[in-house]
Amino acid sequence: MTFGLGRMRRALRHLGSARVPAGSPRATAPRSRWRRRAGNAARMVVALLLVGGVYAAVAPGVQANVASQPSAEDIAEGKAIYDASCITCHGRNGQGVEGRGPSLIGVGSAAVEFQVATGRMPAARQDAQVERKPPRYTREQAQAIGAYIQSLGGGPELPDETDEQIVAGGDIANGGRLFRVNCSSCHAFGAGGGALSSGKFAPSLANSTPRDVWAAMLTGPQNMPVFGNNQLSPQEKRDIAAYIYTLQTDPDPGGWGIGRLGPAAEGVAIFLIGMVALVLATLWIVGKQQ
Amino acid sequence: MSPRKRRFEFARVPAQIGQDLDERLGAATLLRRALNKVFPNHWSFLLGEIALYSFIVLLLTGTFLALFFDPSMTEVAYDGSYTPLRGEMMSQAYATSLHLSFDVRGGLIMRQMHHWAALLFMASILVHMFRVFFTGAFRKPREMNWVVGVLLFWLGFFEGFAGYSLPDDALSGTGLRIATAIILSIPVIGTWTYTSLFGGEFPGTEILPRLYIVHVFLIPLLLLGLITVHLALMVKQKHTQWPGPKATEHNVVGVRMVPGFALKTTGFFLLIFGLIALMGGLVQINPLWLFGPYKGEVVSAASQPDWYVMFLDGSTRLMPDWDLTIGPYTIPAIFWPTVVLPGVLTMLAVFYPAIDRRIYKDYEAHHLLQRPRDVPVRTALGMMAISFWLVLTISGGNDIVAEKFDISLNAMTWAGRVGLLIVPPIAYWVTYRICLGLQQHDREVLAHGVETGIIKRLPDGRFIEVHQPLADGHLEYAGTPVPKKMNKLGALGPAIRGFFFPIEKPAPPPPAVTPVSPADAPRELEEAPPKY
Repeated sequence: MTFGLGRMRRALRHLGSARVPAGSPRATAPRSRWRRRAGNAARMVVALLLVGGVYAAVAPGVQANVASQPSAEDIAEGKAIYDASCITCHGRNGQGVEGRGPSLIGVGSAAVEFQVATGRMPAARQDAQVERKPPRYTREQAQAIGAYIQSLGGGPELPDETDEQIVAGGDIANGGRLFRVNCSSCHAFGAGGGALSSGKFAPSLANSTPRDVWAAMLTGPQNMPVFGNNQLSPQEKRDIAAYIYTLQTDPDPGGWGIGRLGPAAEGVAIFLIGMVALVLATLWIVGKQQ
Repeated sequence: MSPRKRRFEFARVPAQIGQDLDERLGAATLLRRALNKVFPNHWSFLLGEIALYSFIVLLLTGTFLALFFDPSMTEVAYDGSYTPLRGEMMSQAYATSLHLSFDVRGGLIMRQMHHWAALLFMASILVHMFRVFFTGAFRKPREMNWVVGVLLFWLGFFEGFAGYSLPDDALSGTGLRIATAIILSIPVIGTWTYTSLFGGEFPGTEILPRLYIVHVFLIPLLLLGLITVHLALMVKQKHTQWPGPKATEHNVVGVRMVPGFALKTTGFFLLIFGLIALMGGLVQINPLWLFGPYKGEVVSAASQPDWYVMFLDGSTRLMPDWDLTIGPYTIPAIFWPTVVLPGVLTMLAVFYPAIDRRIYKDYEAHHLLQRPRDVPVRTALGMMAISFWLVLTISGGNDIVAEKFDISLNAMTWAGRVGLLIVPPIAYWVTYRICLGLQQHDREVLAHGVETGIIKRLPDGRFIEVHQPLADGHLEYAGTPVPKKMNKLGALGPAIRGFFFPIEKPAPPPPAVTPVSPADAPRELEEAPPKY
């Protein structure tokens, strides 16, 4: 950034000097301090505008492929549900209530859809982590609440894609690579979940829909970090969601997967199935012997 | 051509062949001894055989795997039939493991059978060891075979770890990474051992071919040699046996090798083979396609070793981060739970027969086994060791326990730390008391008889339970099970033969027991002295 800025400034200075006709008295006369400073400031402003403009045009914006504009009825329906169910903890107009629930202004509709559609909100109680449970509202209702919260102060939004579209557009090989580097350290290789410190945990992804996965990456619910669009581009999010969908739907080729929990479950299995069966066999053999 | 015409007798052919062979090899003496070997009838004597037979399954399936596996660490792009890994760069070892799993006919079931057989091998070694320990079978003259058994456990341990590391998936690479940290933590020789094992820095390109030759040649050869020694010593020193009818310190009561035991044990081998094949076909183990190729930046949650290594993972998780700094040198905390602890545990196991001699001041040779209740100190020490090991093993998977049972991981760690110190003494005390209680109950039944469940009211209003004495005179405890139920004394009538369903008609029920009254009670039913 600074490097780019410096280069830009040098280029501008060059331009500036070229505008002045060579040999004119102004070019040779020592310029006053104030004029020089004003000129520098002007060039600085132009440079910043240029850099910012180029960056905004090139970089993947948060606004990339956002949802279509919600209708006024959606917002009204969302507000109705909000006023009935959410207002106790999140307060009037989503401003939050001290000691109960945080402000929702600026969290965006993606976070609301994730929390409500997976049943985490409304929460039963304050805890190390809010648990997934059977959802209280349908996904449409969750999206309506999301539209209302979005209307309060903006924030990250999910793209206007269905689960099928997300899965169809993803590259599972790339998704698998990204999953192993970014997700498996908490959710484990089989997406079965894992423990974090002090009662927190990365939940199992067995029931997460591609939209939920996308929303979780975009908003970082509970103890999950945010994977913004400048860290994982929308296409990479699509890849990861498609890979997780593959994990959920692919049958285990080796038989019963014992929860895909790894060697710990296998150790339990060899004693509970293998050793128990064989000790019974020894009893049988010796029992037949007499 | 001999002019004499010999009549060909078909029935004499086997004997003639045997005669000819013996004249050339002189094997009859050895063979007679082997064929006549007597095996005692008790289920616990078959536990070691599970290890032997799963080792045979390991050799068979392992040979199949070796035909298709290539331990090379050359980077290749995967283009097999598992779509989620297509185009991924990986070592040749991992690529051939995937090939073996998805594109070789029968490859996946062979791989899974090999892995299940490995887990079963170690599990049966452990259970067999428990049997030998708790019954006192390791006592003089069998101490050497006990030590050979401990060595076999550790060989199996390293063999299993080498095999676990070979596929070069993210899980095995993580395990190998932890192993390097353990080797590096050893003072003075750690760094040198590490660089010479890996031929430079981890992971390099040397380690897998080296582990491969260790896994398929060196350790199996040692295992085979030591198993031979283990069995030869068992034949030479003969089996131990439970005290019982006709069993003494100078004989073995049971079934001869041929024909009885050979048939049983062949059947058992096929049963074990069948069980391993069933598990290999029905229960998924080590789904290495989910782990992906090993990359330094990939560490999954729930990265655990196989169960027999998990106690060391647990000890590492419980160990506080106490680095010891002496001048310019540091001994990292991981040195204590992963090098010193297994070293101490191994030494304790190796020297336990000597310790046991001191505890019981018994330096004699023994061929009759002891019931665990009759040696409460040894039994309690054994339970203490098992509980210590269990706390460590559960701690090795404490993240999974924490996640599945909604417990804080920190709480699990602290429970493990505290539990490691207080659970073994509690296990010792509880076991010791249970042993004494069982001993006392044995003596009580011998003195007063079996409880009949018949309550009698005496004329003065007292209630007493009628006991069935075992004999007329005084009975001495003989180290054998004492009958505790009327059914054991034949109250049920003869047992109906048949294991799964009766193969004979049940005998007519015995005549109804005469109602108990002081007048017409059967003579052998005596009253126990009332207890106050």
